[in-house]
Amino acid sequence: MTTRANLVYLIALPLFSSAFLMLLGKIANKWGHFFATAISASTFGIGIVEFIAMRSRSGDARAATQHLFEWISVGTFRVDASLLLDQLSICFVLLITGVGTLIHIYSIAYMSHDVDRRRFFAYLNLFIAAMLLLVLGDSYLNLYVGWEGVGLASYLLIGFWNQKPAYATAAKKAFVANRVGDVGLSLAIMIAFTQFGSVTFAGVKDGAPHASAAALTAIGAMLLLAAAGKSAQFPLQSWLGDAMAGPTPVSALIHAATMVTAGVYLITRSNFIFDASSTARLLVVIVGAITLLFGAIVGTAKDDIKKALAASTMSQIGYMILATGLGPVGYAFAIMHLLTHGFFKASMFLGAGSVMHGMDDEVNMRRYGALGKVMPITAITFGLGYLAIIGVPPFAGFYSKDKIIETAFNAGGTKGILLGGAALLGAAITAFYMTRVFVLTFMGKKRWDDKAHPHESPSLMWIPMVLLSLGSVASGYLLSKGSALVHWLAPVVNSSNAEGGAELMKPIVVSALALGVVVLGVATAIIKYGRSVPIEAPAGSALTRFARRDLGQDDLNHQLLVLPGQAITRTLVATDFGFIDGVVRAVGWTLAYLSQSLKKIQNGYVRSYALLMTAGAIALLVTIWLVTL
Amino acid sequence: MDISNYIYLSAILFVIGAIGVVVRRNAIVVFMCVELMLNAANLAFVTFSRIHGNLGGQIASFFTMVVAACEVVVGLAIIVTMYRSRRSASVDDASLLKR
Repeated sequence: MTTRANLVYLIALPLFSSAFLMLLGKIANKWGHFFATAISASTFGIGIVEFIAMRSRSGDARAATQHLFEWISVGTFRVDASLLLDQLSICFVLLITGVGTLIHIYSIAYMSHDVDRRRFFAYLNLFIAAMLLLVLGDSYLNLYVGWEGVGLASYLLIGFWNQKPAYATAAKKAFVANRVGDVGLSLAIMIAFTQFGSVTFAGVKDGAPHASAAALTAIGAMLLLAAAGKSAQFPLQSWLGDAMAGPTPVSALIHAATMVTAGVYLITRSNFIFDASSTARLLVVIVGAITLLFGAIVGTAKDDIKKALAASTMSQIGYMILATGLGPVGYAFAIMHLLTHGFFKASMFLGAGSVMHGMDDEVNMRRYGALGKVMPITAITFGLGYLAIIGVPPFAGFYSKDKIIETAFNAGGTKGILLGGAALLGAAITAFYMTRVFVLTFMGKKRWDDKAHPHESPSLMWIPMVLLSLGSVASGYLLSKGSALVHWLAPVVNSSNAEGGAELMKPIVVSALALGVVVLGVATAIIKYGRSVPIEAPAGSALTRFARRDLGQDDLNHQLLVLPGQAITRTLVATDFGFIDGVVRAVGWTLAYLSQSLKKIQNGYVRSYALLMTAGAIALLVTIWLVTL
Repeated sequence: MDISNYIYLSAILFVIGAIGVVVRRNAIVVFMCVELMLNAANLAFVTFSRIHGNLGGQIASFFTMVVAACEVVVGLAIIVTMYRSRRSASVDDASLLKR
């Protein structure tokens, strides 16, 4: 362990900038976005410096800590606000600040017509600060603060245009779904505390081998619930599609590249829990496999370009979750896919934003077509991201996704065949729907009317897109060259003692299979959408209609949660009115009635008062006499 | 003479006073009846003092007298003021506090 003194600035700078811009008000309207971008870039600078410093150290000294202050001290329970920057955190720090800075730059142009641009940048910086705290915290409690912070930033940014009620509702939906996951995380922390008496990663790691299997499984399941909420995994996936209500740079940064991958980080960080509980691992792979297929199927049916990309995000995170559930050998591949996905999905989302920018915020892909001619840079950068996500060699997605499919097949037995098959099927569907998105948007005949004047976006927008697309070309090769990332992460995820499962198929066979299904998917999409596309969506088969409704996720939630919830609320309201209010009112009415009757004796005549007093005295005397008799 | 006769006398005086307070309308007379009740109580005090052979009752009767004197001062002042403003000393006319 090394002590570093500068880690806190990673969080403090953007946090300060966020508060500064929000408090300063309109004065900062002219330069607030440049300030926020500079701050974001400076965190990236710190990240680079720390990365270089970390590379120059070796062994155990690579992980760096910084103790900030004693946060909670109750009896023997003590939580410090401390930061931990290890091999895993630095991957995230570089991704968050790097992609974050590019998206800040992009947003300067994208949001240039928005009156609230300063507020937007303040929220973006708040997100950067919270996300960095999430990945830098050295205990579950510190992580939890960041976890809630990114939830807040996500809520604020989804509802950034909250003057539209649908967008405000989408923000609320995301927040509520995230809360369910947050409950999972807080329960996991509580169980960990009762079991280990500590909530730091190191403390829990030390205690994990001695804990009971039931406790470990419970913690694992609760952590998975938390991951499902934040990463839009089954069964808490329903918010991600609606989250596309936020401005497109937000969708690229928060709902594609970084925040939604927090669940993968959480599971990878808690590898010692999942390594010790095979039941928890099984739950993780089930959730991952279901979600990767779920997202892919939804993606095939969406005509809204952002929602198609959101479904694809869900599906790709499904791959990562699946990989984390495969044990020590899978974590590095999950993180690799996370990093490459960060590049290519952000690149594609920014491309989608660029298209929307040129098309007056039209999102329906059926009204695009032939945009490749008028927006060549967008088309090329989007195309590179597209080739990366479907896994065409030598683009980034090929290296990362291929490894996950291979590892899934090697999981052993029927489980391996099922998981590998699901991952392979997912790859085929991914190829299909991403080709559909690309063809509908950039190729074919133009389907927009003459009112639209699509044009290439300004350089502030296409430069980040070009840089990200370079990442989506090269990152896969660089990260997997000589298993660089696997070796880099080995000390954190303990993969050195991973028992490599029996190889079901040779890696080259898996790659060939994966490439085969990708070609199949691409070909199907080109045959189906290459020639002519109706502007109005055809009715489609029952499955298509079902997929358009997000495979009934909202209907299911409505039937399973909303309606019973409303029934309970109505019953409670009725009980409140009928019973509780009734009792209170009855008491009031009785007293009022009695008072009305008693009022009559207050007639103002002194003599009647005297008579009453006398009568009362006599009655008292008689009572005493009778009692003492 | 049996000392309990004083108690009976005291009780009779008290009852006469109480009846007077309740049935008479003239404030002066009501006032006199109140005094009668107080004096009935005084008589009882003194009698019990005699029966028990200590001075507690006699002291209490002094207190009563002092209070009664004060009460007369205040009460008569009220009655006179009332009479001046309303040209009547009837207690039934002074019923403005009714509901």
